[in-house]
Amino acid sequence: MKKNILILTLILFTGFIANAQVKKGDVLIKNATVLTITKGTLENTDVLVRDGKISRIGKNLKAPNGVQEIDATGKFVMPGIIDAHSHIALSAVNEGTSQVTAEVNMGDVIDPFDVSIYRALAGGVTSTHALHGSANVIGGESETLKLRYGTTNPEEMKFEDAPRTIKFALGENPTRGGRARGIQPSSRMGVEAMLRNSFNDAIAYRAKWDAYKADKNPRKVAPEYDLRMETLVDILDGKVLVHCHSYRADEIYMLMKVFTDFGIKKLTYQHANEAYKVASELAEFGAGASVFADWWAYKLEVYWSTAYNATILTRNGVLTSINSDSGELIRHLFHEAAKTQKYGDLSDDEALSLITLNPAKQLGIDNRVGSIEVGKDADIAIFEGHPLSVYAIPVMTFVDGVKYFDRATDVDDQRIYINPEETVENISIFNRHDEDRCMEEGVVSFEALFSNKK
Amino acid sequence: MKRIFQILIIALIVPLLSFGQEDDQVMKARAGKFALTNAKIYTVTNGIIENGTLIINNGIIEAVGANITIPDDAEVIDCKGKEIYPGMIDSGTKVGLQEIESIDVSQDYSESGALTPQMQALTAVNPNSAVIPVTRVSGVTTVWTTPSGGFLPGTAAAINLFGYTPDQMFAGAKGIIMNFPSTAGGGRFRRRSPEEQAKATERALKTVNDAWDKAELYAKIEGANDVRNYPEIEALVPVVKGEMQLFIEANAAKDILAAIDWVKTRGYKKVVLTGVSEGWRVAEEIAKSKIPVIAGPIQAIPTRGSDRYDAAYANPGIMSAAGVKVALRTGDTENVRNLPYHAGFAASYGMGREEALKAITINAAEILGVSNSIGSIEVGKKANVFVSTGDPFETASKITDLFIDGYKVPMTSQQIRLYDEFLDRTPGVKKNDPAIKIIKK
Repeated sequence: MKKNILILTLILFTGFIANAQVKKGDVLIKNATVLTITKGTLENTDVLVRDGKISRIGKNLKAPNGVQEIDATGKFVMPGIIDAHSHIALSAVNEGTSQVTAEVNMGDVIDPFDVSIYRALAGGVTSTHALHGSANVIGGESETLKLRYGTTNPEEMKFEDAPRTIKFALGENPTRGGRARGIQPSSRMGVEAMLRNSFNDAIAYRAKWDAYKADKNPRKVAPEYDLRMETLVDILDGKVLVHCHSYRADEIYMLMKVFTDFGIKKLTYQHANEAYKVASELAEFGAGASVFADWWAYKLEVYWSTAYNATILTRNGVLTSINSDSGELIRHLFHEAAKTQKYGDLSDDEALSLITLNPAKQLGIDNRVGSIEVGKDADIAIFEGHPLSVYAIPVMTFVDGVKYFDRATDVDDQRIYINPEETVENISIFNRHDEDRCMEEGVVSFEALFSNKK
Repeated sequence: MKRIFQILIIALIVPLLSFGQEDDQVMKARAGKFALTNAKIYTVTNGIIENGTLIINNGIIEAVGANITIPDDAEVIDCKGKEIYPGMIDSGTKVGLQEIESIDVSQDYSESGALTPQMQALTAVNPNSAVIPVTRVSGVTTVWTTPSGGFLPGTAAAINLFGYTPDQMFAGAKGIIMNFPSTAGGGRFRRRSPEEQAKATERALKTVNDAWDKAELYAKIEGANDVRNYPEIEALVPVVKGEMQLFIEANAAKDILAAIDWVKTRGYKKVVLTGVSEGWRVAEEIAKSKIPVIAGPIQAIPTRGSDRYDAAYANPGIMSAAGVKVALRTGDTENVRNLPYHAGFAASYGMGREEALKAITINAAEILGVSNSIGSIEVGKKANVFVSTGDPFETASKITDLFIDGYKVPMTSQQIRLYDEFLDRTPGVKKNDPAIKIIKK
């Protein structure tokens, strides 16, 4: 009996170990046009993947024993697309109960069952930045994911060792709750005040802990531990990358001034529809921008947008990426990037960088992904047709050398979870507005929180 | 002498054109006689003309072909290396009826009440919407602009995207919009149980049928004395009499079939199905009904979690292959400019480029009922055409010249002006004394 228990424990334990190890693949992609991003375009080139990493790039490579060979003659190979702004694979988006919720973490609400993950893979996407929503000024920490669809373990979705990131928000969204209830922040002035207050609180908190640590008194009493303040201190200490939802040029400018005062350097603006108006200031500061290709006019603060935003930013030396913020758009980010060739003549490499290397830099994962280089992770997309052509069709997508999407062998139903209570499958007619999850539950929570009825 | 005069005129006009955006110059559309030469012309209805010439005069296409004499008094636009297409038509938008999506008071596409077919979209079209120039500079010259909400939200209109009054913009066709009572569950936030849904559908059908019964009765007694003023029912009479088109929005497969049955029972002759998200499931049945469809948006998520990932991309191609006449729509307002990309995706996923081009030109014109004046490059048709650097579906292609109603419309918009102003802003950052201290990473 004891022996059985021991064996069972061993089985469970090894099972656990195996689970914690993500799958790594080996493959040889033959004869492709390789869009490396960093080292130009290589014709008739092979890419060898060993144990999830790109191990060789060259001509006439031989497949080692047991390594599958894929004939990619006439096809295009590019680094897997990275979406710096996404809310897919999340079971919750906003913690809207306070204007500062730096204590929450999107790593706790990863939903590996979301079929959107597969649909994103079918658009050549291999990584997403799963962001907290924009209902509050300082939202939760976000999580960088690898789209390892098929796993039921949320931990396996995480991009191992990716830097910590956090969501901030300016403008209409975070002031909406305040405006409705007459509390701060009800204006862009209030947003700035809230940011400064929060960081001043964090400095005071850090000083208390520093004093405690320095105190030699054996009977010293520790200050109260506050996870919210801990995260803010980590931002001040440069340990967390800030990704800030923003639209108007004035609020973008404001945050740079606040961050300058507090010595915070790692900053990427999300959406940033009017970043083009302060492109030179962004370049001076060293801030990045992750923008839509052409979305505008869905609210007042994006009325004076221009589809030339990404081009103006790029030409002014701002690190720029193009994101989706949508379960629909994420499926054709290659097409969104191509729009910069209509709106501003970016080169192929510049346009493709917007959805590969640049978002990788903004997420601090460019040492691992974002280009086809020896030693990088084998996160790769293969296209029929040049990915910047409207006629391009993604045909295969690999994460860590493992194939997660293959158009040729694709079966229709790709769900890995089916609600047993759903006797008739829900039919939902696509509506672009439902795709915008940035404010999902954000307003509802606010209304509920401050409502007299509750 | 005449030749010298011409050169003089051109010498005067050309600098004006090239510096048109500088300082206080106002860019206005202009009428005239234009000769577009050396172009590859996609007529859509009569093949492709290599190295062709297109003459625009008095608002219409006066001549098109390979061997056309250029009139002496025409302004010549050399289109060497470029392509000419009929203006693209988006068969389902809210252009002109909405300026900013989150601001109620800038929206005029929905009236109170579920039965308001007499509401005229054309009345509420704002000819000065910033959306209009943004849209047309991408080659979309005509849109079907539609009211929405309720069962019979109003009367849609085809409008050309140039003009200063709704009448100047009107492209010559109107139609009644009807939302077929749906069995679908709606979006993420509007889920209902199947039972609740079935009940709601039944109630809705009764309401709709009641209105149409009245309209049929009204058609019979028209002209009789003392008929009460009943605008919402009167608006339906032209459909009953086969004088106006009825556009039925139906998306779930079950709803599409129910709508086809409903049309058959009612015996209405001029009907179009719109949306048709699940048309691919019942393509044969739609083809058999001979009812044309307006499909879209194409860049969309499949209706069911179990659907193949590309179901929405492939939908128009599957219907088209089954023999259904298909036009496309974006269903958008501010980004109707992406119509060629919706068509491009449909083309890649089974429809083919030629059919996709038809779906946003001649098919759209025929389905909306404006093919006598637009939808192809033919002599006598309205000069709604654009010149492109290449295939307009290709993302990188650029539109260089645009004609609507024969007017040469300036290639500018709010977004282009912002680009011109901010690409290299003056003043930029003071290198010696920046407002924000340099803390480069």
